[in-house]
Amino acid sequence: MSAWRRLRVKLRSVPGFLVSIRPTQRHTSPYGRLTLCRSLSTGSHLRNEFFKDLEAQLAAFRKKAADALPGSSWSPLQINPNLPPERADIVIVGGGVVGWSIAYWLKQKEMVRGGVRVVVVEKDPTYSQASTVLSAGGIRQQFSLLENIHLSLASADFMRNINEHLGVLNEDPVDLQFNQSGYLFLANEEVAHIMEENYSTQRYAGAKVSLLSPTQLKQKFPWVNTDGVVLASYGLENEGWFDPWTLLNAFRRKAISMGVIQCYGEVTDFKCTTNVLRTSSGDTVDLKRIGSVKVQMPNSLEYQPVECAIVVNAAGAFSGKLTEMLGIGSGPKDSIAGIPLPVEPRKRYVYVVHCPDGPGLDTPFLIDYSGVYFRREGLGGNYIAGVSPEEAEEPDTSNLEVDHQFFEERVWPGLAHRVPAFEKLKVTSAWAGFYDYNTFDQNGIIGIHPLINNMYLATGFSGHGLQHSPAVGRAVAELILDGNFKTIDLSNFSFRRILTQEPMLEKNIV
Amino acid sequence: MSAPLTSLHRCCQRSALLLHVARRRWSSSSASPPPLHTRLLLFLTQRFYDVEMLLSWRSQLTRNQLQKKNVYYGYTQRFYGLDIASAYFILSLKGGFRFAGQSEWFYADQKGKFSWDFLNHKDTPLEEVDMSYTVINYRGLCNLESQRSLRTLKLRGCPEVDDWFLARLHVFQDSLEELDISHCPRITTGGLAALRNLKGLKRLDVSSLPGISSPGLVIILLEEMLPQCQITATGYDYNLNEAEGEEEEEHMQRQR
Repeated sequence: MSAWRRLRVKLRSVPGFLVSIRPTQRHTSPYGRLTLCRSLSTGSHLRNEFFKDLEAQLAAFRKKAADALPGSSWSPLQINPNLPPERADIVIVGGGVVGWSIAYWLKQKEMVRGGVRVVVVEKDPTYSQASTVLSAGGIRQQFSLLENIHLSLASADFMRNINEHLGVLNEDPVDLQFNQSGYLFLANEEVAHIMEENYSTQRYAGAKVSLLSPTQLKQKFPWVNTDGVVLASYGLENEGWFDPWTLLNAFRRKAISMGVIQCYGEVTDFKCTTNVLRTSSGDTVDLKRIGSVKVQMPNSLEYQPVECAIVVNAAGAFSGKLTEMLGIGSGPKDSIAGIPLPVEPRKRYVYVVHCPDGPGLDTPFLIDYSGVYFRREGLGGNYIAGVSPEEAEEPDTSNLEVDHQFFEERVWPGLAHRVPAFEKLKVTSAWAGFYDYNTFDQNGIIGIHPLINNMYLATGFSGHGLQHSPAVGRAVAELILDGNFKTIDLSNFSFRRILTQEPMLEKNIV
Repeated sequence: MSAPLTSLHRCCQRSALLLHVARRRWSSSSASPPPLHTRLLLFLTQRFYDVEMLLSWRSQLTRNQLQKKNVYYGYTQRFYGLDIASAYFILSLKGGFRFAGQSEWFYADQKGKFSWDFLNHKDTPLEEVDMSYTVINYRGLCNLESQRSLRTLKLRGCPEVDDWFLARLHVFQDSLEELDISHCPRITTGGLAALRNLKGLKRLDVSSLPGISSPGLVIILLEEMLPQCQITATGYDYNLNEAEGEEEEEHMQRQR
């Protein structure tokens, strides 16, 4: 015992040694260390150092003891913290801007705190194939359907007051980087009358649009070649483009602050209960009700079945695959079950070009009657351009590879014809993204599916999902929580029109 | 098996005794309970959600007051006409204006008091409006939309004027000749692009806008967009940041 004491005194005199040796002493002989505390009476400095370590050691010891004793919740089998909860009220499949908008509005409209338990399931945490972040980010009111115009106006109102809606206490305000530059549609002789009709519908709905003749167009935008243009429609207010990633993150941040649970995983299966009914002519109809959703973790075989009351299909380009899992589209040909959800992914290319002598700060989002479009990107003479391909030459959707030949054949001639300055340009970058293309009539499908009692659809927007997302989120939340549309009546966008084969065609699809 | 347990037991007893001793020692060193502000902060930290709710109520209250100030003066318009309603709105927000054909300005002073002489000029449109340092915002602009012969609009230092407000100025595109939006903190480059509709603009003041990055380039692009307009843009530091870094290095070398 005294030998130890002498050793400690010697070690104390060499400060460097004490620091390095003390830990090893502790590790090698835990009980020996405890017996050493009998030598407390040596000095006050030893006592102080001892007190400093004592509390930390005691806390760790107490915690370990409490964990090991029966009655504690520690178990040697650790649960994966990334799994979704076992039960939820509403599961939103798809973490794009539409999905998170619905989640935010559900939480905004619930009457009590914690009224609905919402889980948003997103397949890809990097959002590498999501249509939201690959979008050109424009918003316009120049549609031909009244519902679309109302949706755009409501979404623009939302974005104008975005900090009022999506501002979180003590966090930075949301800056969408909205460019108030307007859209410019050009029409040739064949489609000029459609443009005039659309103009009157838009003004009736309250959109601020103006019609320009070719001379007025040339005066306003001297860099435009008005060859072939008979009429132009120009948006004065609430039109332009913004950053879609900022909007997505603003929705996500606010929704999570209100209690929405985020889960990264893929929905691979559904467990349903089926009610078989018989029609008067003897055919059977299967009415399904989803009981639980099987969510599989990314890159893993682990899965969690989530029991839920309502499932919202906001999976965008992959919504068709989701409904196939439920058997929609695989019934007999002339029955309701035989009609699949007409939403499929369509690949669209976007090219970033640099032109030093191009149009300046007042460049609108110009869309030609041939389908070629471009808009300014930043202040350094960069532009984003593209065109919608014909039905016959739709590119393959198995990947997001860009076809640069497409630019040279289809985009550049149109661009150079419309804006002579674009004859000298350089393609600096390009990307491809999916449209959640509604093959039936290129407009969104919002509402319950007739055969699945608790699946709400909010998909098929064919390129204008982002600009309508705030208003669509509110509409779906009203449908779920209030039972009916309250602010904008979107009953014309229900699945019924696909059953009765009555398309709601939009005459201004880009 | 029992030897470690007994030594464990002994350690527990000893540590309990030591802690008791230590606590007595520590408590004798501190003279009084912690001061009032510390106790208040500890009280608040245990009530996090209540504090969060109070703070959000406060921000909601300020927003409501702002919207009340910028409300649509529908009754005034119905009883006194569009021009008097616009004039009354401007004076309520502590701004100033001048009627078309008149030379005197009607102002409201710091406390918000103004003379009611403007009621004598019925059905006279406004020609010049000075709303500098007021809290006018997008909703308040609907009270001024009826003034289609407005020539001058001064919005210097308005904290609520943002890009959407500038986009709505297209209603004055035929008549507006002078616009002053200097020192407005919420205007960014995207909003300046909205000024493309004001083709009749002759004088534009965009000095000291903290919201625009690369002001030099933006001013050049604005000048190209509005060729007939004379643009004033003071209060920007056009020096390159690299030059400042080099100066600092030289300074440090000299010190050594």
